[in-house]
Amino acid sequence: MGELAEPFNMALPSFMKHVGVLESTGLIRSRKRGRIRTCTLERKKLAAAERWFADQRAIWASRYQNLDSLLETLTGEDRES
Amino acid sequence: MKAELQFDFLVDKEKNSITVKREFAAERQLVWDCHTKRELLDRWFAPKPLTTKTKHMEFKEGGYWHYAMITPDGQAFWNRLDYQSISPIDGYVALDGFCDETGVVNPDMPRARWDVAFTDAKARTLVTTVVLYSSADDVQKAIDMGLKDGLASTLERLDELLHTMGATAEQV
Repeated sequence: MGELAEPFNMALPSFMKHVGVLESTGLIRSRKRGRIRTCTLERKKLAAAERWFADQRAIWASRYQNLDSLLETLTGEDRES
Repeated sequence: MKAELQFDFLVDKEKNSITVKREFAAERQLVWDCHTKRELLDRWFAPKPLTTKTKHMEFKEGGYWHYAMITPDGQAFWNRLDYQSISPIDGYVALDGFCDETGVVNPDMPRARWDVAFTDAKARTLVTTVVLYSSADDVQKAIDMGLKDGLASTLERLDELLHTMGATAEQV
């Protein structure tokens, strides 16, 4: 843990808090042996999460493109009437 | 997508939220109507190549929108949105949910809160949607569900298509 925290300009307790958040999401796992806590990155889970967020983004991007077209049609109808 | 229209998609893992901001080249009343009237929602809400079909819509506090997003081969994904508070034409708050054809919400699935705000942006309208899950555990359930419900493979093709079109140049 100390080794992980080193590159960050942050006190160890604050760093532990951030690690705690990641751990609660299941994106990392940690194991304590004696006084040493080791962290493992859950690559598969992390990839699944990124995939899902990308899907969500794609959904919104696509539906809003549909809305652009609809708005264009509707404002066009307005002008004609 | 018109390149000059703002589109932001922000994930906040600590707050279990997704914020989507998008500008539209139309006045606020019209953009509001498109979000709140069934015949208009049916014309845009599902991402391509899916289509939207409304089964029930009562846009009032305590009312709900029950709709399906349908794939080209006829598979339907049923959802509902329960309206909690509405202030025309500034915004509304709703609870989403996976459900079946009869509108019964799947109790095993998390429901996210949608906070949707409409504001004027010069001659345009800015729509800000905050999708909020109540815990990291709920986000994980949504992810797990998304991976197995079949919508993922449809969306994968969509994602590829968007990449080809260069529409996903902004960061995720």
